[in-house]
Amino acid sequence: MSAVKTSPARDDAPFAFSEESLAEARRILAKYPENRARSAILPLLDLAQRQHGWVSQSVVEAVAEITGAAPIRVWEVATFYTMYNKAPIGRHHVEICTNLPCWLRGSDEILRAARDVFGVGFGQTSEDGAATVSSAECLGACVNAPMVQIGDDYYEDLDYDSAHALFTAIKEGQPVKAGSQIGRQCSAPEGGPTTLTTDPGTAEGGRWIAPDSPAAGGSAPGTA
Amino acid sequence: MPKLTIDGIEVEAEPGMTILQAADQVGIEIPRFCYHERLSIAGNCRMCLVEVKPGPPKPAASCALPVAEGMQVWTQSDLAVKARKGVMEFLLINHPLDCPICDQGGECDLQDQAMAFGGDRSRFHEHKRAVTEKHLGPLVKTAMTRCIHCTRCVRFITEIAGIQELGMIGRGEDAEITSYVEMALTSELSGNIVDLCPVGALTSAPYAFHARPWELRKVESIDVFDAVGSAIRVDVRGNAVMRVLPRLNEDINEEWLADKSRHAIDGLRYQRLDRPYVREDGKLRPASWEEALRTVAGRLLATDADKVAALAGDMADAEAMMLLKDLMGVIGSPHMDCRQDGAALDPTDRASYLFNPTIPGIEDADALLIVGSDPRWEAPILNARIRKRYLMGNFPIATIGPRTDLTYPVEDLGNNPEVLDDLARGRHPFWRILDDAERPLILVGMGALSRPDGREVMASARRLAERVGAMREDWNGLGVLHTAAGRVGGLEVGFVPGHGGRDTAGILEGAERGDLQVVYLMGADEIDTARLGEAFVIYQGHHGDAGANRADVILPGAAYTEKHATYVNTEGRMQRTWLAVHPPGEAREDWKIVRALSSAMGKPLSQNTLDDVRARLADVSPTFADANEGAVIPAAPTRGGSGGGAGRLDRTPFTSPVGNYYRTDPISRASRTMAECTDVYINRTGSGDSKRTGTDG
Ligand code: SF4
Ligand code: FES
Ligand code: FES
Repeated sequence: MSAVKTSPARDDAPFAFSEESLAEARRILAKYPENRARSAILPLLDLAQRQHGWVSQSVVEAVAEITGAAPIRVWEVATFYTMYNKAPIGRHHVEICTNLPCWLRGSDEILRAARDVFGVGFGQTSEDGAATVSSAECLGACVNAPMVQIGDDYYEDLDYDSAHALFTAIKEGQPVKAGSQIGRQCSAPEGGPTTLTTDPGTAEGGRWIAPDSPAAGGSAPGTA
Repeated sequence: MPKLTIDGIEVEAEPGMTILQAADQVGIEIPRFCYHERLSIAGNCRMCLVEVKPGPPKPAASCALPVAEGMQVWTQSDLAVKARKGVMEFLLINHPLDCPICDQGGECDLQDQAMAFGGDRSRFHEHKRAVTEKHLGPLVKTAMTRCIHCTRCVRFITEIAGIQELGMIGRGEDAEITSYVEMALTSELSGNIVDLCPVGALTSAPYAFHARPWELRKVESIDVFDAVGSAIRVDVRGNAVMRVLPRLNEDINEEWLADKSRHAIDGLRYQRLDRPYVREDGKLRPASWEEALRTVAGRLLATDADKVAALAGDMADAEAMMLLKDLMGVIGSPHMDCRQDGAALDPTDRASYLFNPTIPGIEDADALLIVGSDPRWEAPILNARIRKRYLMGNFPIATIGPRTDLTYPVEDLGNNPEVLDDLARGRHPFWRILDDAERPLILVGMGALSRPDGREVMASARRLAERVGAMREDWNGLGVLHTAAGRVGGLEVGFVPGHGGRDTAGILEGAERGDLQVVYLMGADEIDTARLGEAFVIYQGHHGDAGANRADVILPGAAYTEKHATYVNTEGRMQRTWLAVHPPGEAREDWKIVRALSSAMGKPLSQNTLDDVRARLADVSPTFADANEGAVIPAAPTRGGSGGGAGRLDRTPFTSPVGNYYRTDPISRASRTMAECTDVYINRTGSGDSKRTGTDG
């Protein structure tokens, strides 16, 4: 059980919106009516986290100030969502999905790989500061389970070896490829498509023909 | 008006009402935890599930579902009861079963509902969650493992108390209630969340582990810590006041109570004057009643009538002031005053010293100007009413005074009395707003009146009120906000200088110069006692405070919980306290002391019973007639009226007479709880943590 942090943590170097973030913050705020600036808390927290790495007390208060909301209201939002880091994290945030489909497909192995590479488990940051490992709830990519999210990207179809390689690469700052690690195209079946295998543009085309249409007539709808 | 049936009963409900409200209307009680009629609807506890047709085939939360024409509702059907049992089972999963050591035990909604809907055993075999205690200040003790996340406390603090400090963080199983960075709640109404909390998560810190509800005798009474006169219930065990809770009174406090009224009561145990004292060789020594009364009587008889004066304090009751005034009449002295602070209040013109718009009338007002008052500290309950009105919308508020963070936004016109003059002459932009308002309200505080130019300030305020149409037959919008519970009663009694008599300033000056030789202090502690000079001082009261320290004879009186006494609140509403416990030791009810003194002087007053005194009061003013208890007799606005000084306004900024909300009178000054609040909120030194026990962490 991950107990919620009661109060935002203080940081040594207090946060302030950088010039760029401030411009972006203005753009975000402009989307909402003036008396509804509170609606911007979510994107602004994200913006601040991207700049600062995590949501500290000074982040909460900066977002509160810019939206005119009370700090407690911002903190309520920040603690509601797991995506906001309430403590400093490593250079990379490795979030391993542990929900049922991923677990059935071997998320425990992914965690083992993370332990082996980073030397830490859930909720911890590796000693070299390379990565923080967290457990995530279903990230909506079950078809390609098991998967992890690192930063903004998904890495799917993992097993112990591919996860080990992936983690080693990010630890060492090597380039990595997002998406399926077995070459799957999006969420197509493993090993390539099993339907619609022909080119829809050719004569024998994969085009669907309604059973009650004059089959040979070639007057099927949808001919663009 | 939609018609629906609830449990087969036809109900006609207002459009927009919820099923739960409609059911309440016909006396069908649907169990609830999160719903509260004075808070916004949250719909998060699910205890109020009922079966509704037409609609989806699942139970619906009745507190959040508006009524509709032709709806059929069953509150006791198998489906509804089963659903509620399920909710109860879930609530109890994480609720510790620590009722035997929980202060809420015996008056806990969860306990009661569990009796109705709970199972007799749990099917949950995993670990219950535990939540760390939170620090919400010296008055509210937390046991957060018990919290069921109804968010009543959050909604009260945010909506009614008007401070954005409490919230629910986390989600699901990890949700917790906390104040931001665990700071003490800076509200004068924080004690109310203890009443609102349906479980024992928030309990009263000063009352922790002191009593069980079934041991208490409950006495209905009236609060005297401010001039609002909130309805209270005094809970008593043996001869000790264990706690004070609010009682419902829609006209005054609704169902809230300010923190001082609730928590200063431990002061009733300390510094008490429980026997008479007589000063001998410069030292006070205990004496018998007989000796004390004989000493006083001897002094009074031996002194020239013109050299005797009396001052009544802020908590003096009407009965005592009535008899003391009559006694002064017997003696033949006109020197008396109930305005310790020297406020420029004209006792001859009732409309000029009452809060004429009345407290519920605040909700009818459509613009407000606050002059020289800090209602948040002077009358937190009235301030909550202003905030309530503010939340209804279209209510411009401006202030010329010491404070602007009043829990609602105010336009700060600058703390300069001359602004009031500009307004009165129509030379200020806010004048337009007041003038355009249908029912403008001008609130004048003691900070505006108890200063040398108080008369001029009052005159200006009246001029303004007249010019903007706030003094009509159907709307008298000039409201004087008093800070002393006994003040209006004193004015109605006429405890003011008689013909050629001295007022407070005159009395102090006379005593200082030696023109006055005997000064009778009826619980008057807020004066500069150093100025009493060589005078022989009689102090009648309940606490060893400033007055008693200076006294030559002390006559121990009763505090408000220890007597049947009459008070008139700032609106002119006459109300009565009820004796809950007996005065300590040899202390006596105050009117009886004055009566006994008159006998000792050989000039007995004719009132022998409380009824006699009250009949005398009713003779003096209809306010005091039994039939008028709890009612406001409106005072007709007097045009032009008196109180009009022609002098100039001083430019000195207004200050509030309440410099520290937590210590304003002999009782709260003796209270340790209030001392702790002072440390936490005023001096910002203490943590307010001393009440934590660690037995339930
Ligand atoms: S502390 Fe009490 S009032 Fe507040 S959410 Fe919990 S149960 Fe409700
Ligand atoms: S369970 Fe892992 S992405 Fe859905
Ligand atoms: S009372 Fe209806 S959900 Fe709580």
